[in-house]
Amino acid sequence: MTAVLIFVGAAIGAPLRYLTDRAVQSRHESLFPWGTITVNVAGCLVLGALTGAGTALPGPVLALAGTGFCGALTTYSTFSYETLRLAEQKAYFYAAMNVLLSIVAGLGAAFLAYAATRALM
Amino acid sequence: MSGEVSLGEPIDADVDLKVEAQRRELVRHHGPVLTAIALGGGLGALARYGMALMVPTAPGGFPWATFFTNILGCLLIGVLMVLISEVWSAHRLVRPFLGVGVLGGFTTFSTYAVEIRGLLQPGTAGLAFAYLAGTLAGAMLAVFAGVAATKTLCRLGTTRQEAPALAGKPKA
Repeated sequence: MTAVLIFVGAAIGAPLRYLTDRAVQSRHESLFPWGTITVNVAGCLVLGALTGAGTALPGPVLALAGTGFCGALTTYSTFSYETLRLAEQKAYFYAAMNVLLSIVAGLGAAFLAYAATRALM
Repeated sequence: MSGEVSLGEPIDADVDLKVEAQRRELVRHHGPVLTAIALGGGLGALARYGMALMVPTAPGGFPWATFFTNILGCLLIGVLMVLISEVWSAHRLVRPFLGVGVLGGFTTFSTYAVEIRGLLQPGTAGLAFAYLAGTLAGAMLAVFAGVAATKTLCRLGTTRQEAPALAGKPKA
């Protein structure tokens, strides 16, 4: 059952990453990978909130929304490949900013959402 | 800061609208493309779950499962992107299924961030920083190794066949 929920959550999260990435890119004519940062930070925010809810959250919800949806919405493979490609293009500033911004904003979102959910519970 | 150049090869492995074929990818094929991504994402996430079951993480311990998952996924995206942009003229659903779907669903940034948050406590703060930096360094090394090794192997292959050299990139 857990496996089915993870599969379903991911089958929603992965296409949503692709569509969000397209939508962001079509609005920003830039080499900088804003689309991937957007999905990664959004996923950290949601998973941070789910983790903050702790044991109040039923296991199946965590499998569907956390392991499945958030896991597939966010990506490390695209993040690392983009960073490499930016460096190959000698866009070193963009490459460094991609790493810095992804980690700072992703961690910030996870912390913030976790603390906010804890405070509300 | 570089100028904004137009590229034949993508920066973004999921979708890069600077690449003409990817800009048009949804025009008449959004059903198959989104289905391939959803199926691939589901399978990738299950593989990640399998890895988490095989390599359990103790509370306050180093999250090896996510670490290995992300590094393996980064190695494979490097291999895949070279294969589909320089070697095969891949079927149009290969990148959506394997790259966006399977590898995107397999690797995760949210679990990485939440695990760092969990470790950032008085007793385990050092571990949190080691995990943060270790994953980043490992992932960058892995994606670089994947790209470099695949390019080298492909070059060896073409030299042996004495085929026309890789000079002209097959796809725009």
